[in-house]
Amino acid sequence: MITTAITDLAHGFQVIIYDPTTWTHLSINLLWCFIGVLIGNMVGVLPGMGPLATISILLPLTFGMKPVGAIVMLGAVMYGAQYGGAICSILLNLPCHPPHAVTCLDGFPMTKQGRGGVALGVTVMASFVGASWGITEMIFLSPLLVRVALQFGPAEICSLMLLGLLAGSTLARGSPLKGVAMTVLGLMLGIVGSDIETGAERFTFGLTELDDGIELIALALGLFGIAEFMNSVNQQAEINTMYTNVRLRDMRPTKEDIKRSFFPMLRGTIVGSLCALIPGTGPTIASFVAYATEKKVSRHADKFGTGMIEGVVAPETSTHSSVQGDFIPTMSLGIPGDAVMALLLGALMIQGIVPGPQLISQHPDVFWGLVASFWIGNIMLVLLNVPLIGIWVKLLTIPYRFLYPSAMFFVCIGVYAANNDMFQVGEVLVIGILGYILLRLGFHPAPILLGFVLGPRFEENFRRAMLISRGDITVFLQRPISAVFISLCVILIGGQIYFRLKPGKKGPAGSEVEQPLAAE
Amino acid sequence: MSSTNEPTRSHGLSMRILRKRDFYAGLLMIFFGAVMAVHGPSYSLGTLMHMGPGFLPTALGVILIGLGIAIGMMAIGVPDGEDEDLLPPSPQWFAWACILASPLLFIVFGMYGGLAPATFACVFVASLGDSKATWIGSVLLSLLITVFGVLLFHFVLQIPMPVLKFFSWSVM
Repeated sequence: MITTAITDLAHGFQVIIYDPTTWTHLSINLLWCFIGVLIGNMVGVLPGMGPLATISILLPLTFGMKPVGAIVMLGAVMYGAQYGGAICSILLNLPCHPPHAVTCLDGFPMTKQGRGGVALGVTVMASFVGASWGITEMIFLSPLLVRVALQFGPAEICSLMLLGLLAGSTLARGSPLKGVAMTVLGLMLGIVGSDIETGAERFTFGLTELDDGIELIALALGLFGIAEFMNSVNQQAEINTMYTNVRLRDMRPTKEDIKRSFFPMLRGTIVGSLCALIPGTGPTIASFVAYATEKKVSRHADKFGTGMIEGVVAPETSTHSSVQGDFIPTMSLGIPGDAVMALLLGALMIQGIVPGPQLISQHPDVFWGLVASFWIGNIMLVLLNVPLIGIWVKLLTIPYRFLYPSAMFFVCIGVYAANNDMFQVGEVLVIGILGYILLRLGFHPAPILLGFVLGPRFEENFRRAMLISRGDITVFLQRPISAVFISLCVILIGGQIYFRLKPGKKGPAGSEVEQPLAAE
Repeated sequence: MSSTNEPTRSHGLSMRILRKRDFYAGLLMIFFGAVMAVHGPSYSLGTLMHMGPGFLPTALGVILIGLGIAIGMMAIGVPDGEDEDLLPPSPQWFAWACILASPLLFIVFGMYGGLAPATFACVFVASLGDSKATWIGSVLLSLLITVFGVLLFHFVLQIPMPVLKFFSWSVM
């Protein structure tokens, strides 16, 4: 197993690095990876910009690229943003990026003690360790998962998708009921357009522009671009530039720091990789669970919140290992765990690549190229973050009033360029208004994207399963693997109801998890 | 919070629920569900074995109506004085109008003026929404983004949109 993994990985590195047709013999994918991590790192630092909006803006620009380059670049934005996100939390005490919100608790006190540079230094170290583990996991686990998943028929695929959708909507932030409602809404939006089998036009309301369905980019940019800007305009906290003077030599941790970080790093990695495997629990939950675990394990639990290095290292490691691990179900099963992964899956589908267990064998270039690019990208990020930390920190001072108008332009031109169609700019506007209304009513729109991306495949497989079983709905319970997924769904829903009805006890993903979120 | 409870207690349950955010959240979901459930059957339901294109939308519509009712019911459990704010503490009507006008202007200027005026209008109007915006700052930002946008999208990525059209008023 190890030898095949190594040969496959070597092939991946070859795809990313070597290309005999160019004059330098270096592949263009290396450049895309670099651009991706650079942009990702930048938007990660910028308060008020997220990887979701950025990936959606970049998505139309990748249409002309080869599939490997496109997915490598968009993926790089995702993990690059994680490197930048901690800077905002540690130096400014602003939890502008949910996966790093918990880092504020001990990161900012460290800054106030003049150890902000050290906090950033160990964060980079923790990030690399966490990411490396996540990637290793992906190399060995994905082929195993695929071997199982290749036996799946339409019934199994359907119940697995159901599990993914339910987990994605109930384990994320906010009310589970509202999360499920958002998923259903996403499935509905995915139905708009021509039916795959009969060609019947559904919910187009006579608009021929909607025949091909709602554009993924318009949906993503409406929900995570326009609606977000409406939510945060004139709500930005005053940025305190007092602590933003960090130099390279400030970042060097002492021997004592490294000694104290070692075990938190290990525990954070474990928490993160476990969270990555449970669909629906993304990096944000991983970071909160890691912080809570660290506090429980520590002998100085009372000192947490006063600048304990453990409280910075553990959540940061787990976030990174979870971000890389999130790619496992996405790439090997075709089931995305959160909205960002759904978007990346959408990007693959636009490139004509069908997601699912057959992806690794049919497109080894894409899969192993992506894995290899993770290593290269993470090394690039460490190189970018350590010597250039001063520049990244300066980015924090760019005011929001310059950011969002520029982003509005990229939103408009992005949806226009996707199909060279002005109608889609109108589409993004309508979705933006809807998205803001949903936000105000207490919905988190991320599951919409999950439902939207999985919707068409869910319907196709559901119909096929029904056709094979001759209209017998119990087929989902008769086939053993499918029955396991369905019972997991039932446990998930049952557990949610149980924890909700029982006062004093909150969801399995932690009473302590919700407290810092409330503080946010 | 106890003082605000006093006047509301005289109203019945129906009045109380009308103030809750969850009530409207549920209502919106019921509306979306109803649209699907009512339109769905017109695309032919088919049988369970040979499902028609209307089957899943109708089913999802019914599920969403159920979820909407459940969300609306949650409003009963919310105590008085909580979760009643449909608008944020400081509504930004002007900023919202600016953000929403920005894509609209992009469409209008893009169709009749070209990429450069569309970009300028889009960025300029959006930037006016910020309370700290200055005229000079907005103009400079818009010019900068216009130059950058034209360079990137017209010359590098070559999207088929003329830079300037000089208001010929003929649709495309």
